[in-house]
Amino acid sequence: MVESPLVRAALRIFTGAVMVFIYLPLVILAVYAFNASPLGGWPPSGFTLDWFGEAAGSPAIRDALANSLTVATISTLLALILGTLAALAMQRYSFFGKNSISFLFVLPIALPGVVTGISLQSSFKLFGIDLGLHTIVIAHATFCVVVAYNNVVARLRRLPRSPEEASADLGADSWMTFRRITLPGMRTALLSGGLLAFALSFDEVIVTLFAAGPGARTLPIWVFSELQRSYQLPVVNVVALLLVLVSVIPVWIAQRIGGGEIARGGR
Amino acid sequence: MIRRITGWFNRHPRATLGALLAGPLGWISVVYLGSLLILLMHAFWSKDSFTGKVEPFNWTLDAFVQIFSNPVYFTIAARTIGIALLVTISAAAIALPVAYYMARIASPRKRALLLVAVTMPLWASYLVKIYAWRTILQTNGLLGWAISPFGLEGPGLTEIANSWLVLTYLWLPYMILPVYAGLERIPNSLLEASADLGGRGWITFRRVIFPQLIPALAAGSIFTFSLSIGDYIVPDLVSDAKFIGNVIYDNSALGSFPVAAAFSFVPIVVMIGYLLFARRLGAFESL
Repeated sequence: MVESPLVRAALRIFTGAVMVFIYLPLVILAVYAFNASPLGGWPPSGFTLDWFGEAAGSPAIRDALANSLTVATISTLLALILGTLAALAMQRYSFFGKNSISFLFVLPIALPGVVTGISLQSSFKLFGIDLGLHTIVIAHATFCVVVAYNNVVARLRRLPRSPEEASADLGADSWMTFRRITLPGMRTALLSGGLLAFALSFDEVIVTLFAAGPGARTLPIWVFSELQRSYQLPVVNVVALLLVLVSVIPVWIAQRIGGGEIARGGR
Repeated sequence: MIRRITGWFNRHPRATLGALLAGPLGWISVVYLGSLLILLMHAFWSKDSFTGKVEPFNWTLDAFVQIFSNPVYFTIAARTIGIALLVTISAAAIALPVAYYMARIASPRKRALLLVAVTMPLWASYLVKIYAWRTILQTNGLLGWAISPFGLEGPGLTEIANSWLVLTYLWLPYMILPVYAGLERIPNSLLEASADLGGRGWITFRRVIFPQLIPALAAGSIFTFSLSIGDYIVPDLVSDAKFIGNVIYDNSALGSFPVAAAFSFVPIVVMIGYLLFARRLGAFESL
């Protein structure tokens, strides 16, 4: 089918407008980070780098950043281990109930986040587990497993089985074959799955608000509590810019090394 | 030692499978399914009217009575589902032309660029995107500034339409991507056949392309609908009309788990219903 030139032009203009719609808020945000005025009105009143210095000097922001990095690192490692084990089991074996189990792994991201959040919180409370960084890690690992799992499964599906068979024929046991053949084959999938899980954890707020205790603030929670106040600190703009960069850069790297699951946005 | 262990696993493939699955399956079952079960039980547990503490295994329907006797809960549920449907429809309406341009008109280079451009914002901090819209929508923000020459004022941060706009913004890429993939799958020969048979542009779109896109639209709508129905940050930050998620969050903050749990049934039941509906439209083959 050949579209008329008018239709083609209209579609091009519409797509361009949608791209502006998608990126304009992010551009505005970056502009505000350099805005001299502490009041958030438009247009900005001048250029300054002061807020970056102020953000770097704030102990509350530094603590929140450290918490976010700790949580994201531990939950990524947990998710990678659990996701890889699950992927090996699901991809290399066939067994009864396999479909139900693969459904189970996607359930934490299929049900609304608020349900996951309140579920975890109500059981932490029931068992008398104090909320803190450890409960955030438990929550994040649960929904990050599926990201790692999806990446590794996609890779295992494409890896040829013949090198593994050859390795077994040459007398290597299954551990040796895994270490020398399968693991190197999965390496970039593990790396990109890990980066995606890290980005997902670093940015999460819906479930985190339920799992975080009063003392345990991640960076997004710090931003959220700032936003709920009537007067916001201008450093929020700087932290917001930092959050965008820390969540986008790992994904960009993951895409460069060939991650399969970027299009899903992880949610 | 390792050799002895791996040798044993070599001879017992079922045991290997069990060892592989034990960790991940145990985690998801205990942490996730276990919590879900505990949440559902909370809905039927009573609360001490004096201390406000939850009394586990003290069965009652009080939480459901409280929800059904107060029309506010019904209003909030209807509002949330209504906005989630509106978000889904508007995301589909925006996604169709964009995906069509990407799949059928843009050059391969431009297509690749657009794909990345649509995908990247999905990862650019959810909370920050909402914050960016706050700065645009507030009375003295960019929107108010842009329309002030016409004697209009910025919308401020109380309008419910803000939630509609921001949720559509957030979940739009989830609709564009499957619709684009769906358009890619339609063979050119089909469109040529339609043209040969005299179907002009609009007729071909309505009678040939659109019916084939229904599974893709349904797949995208699972994301836009589910993510909207469970959101409580957007309604909290850009408007003052509460969603289901706000009621759940506020009640949990007050320690009122039975009511929070009972109200959680609404998004769970609605989502299960929606997933079954989407499956009938063929959504799962397009995910």
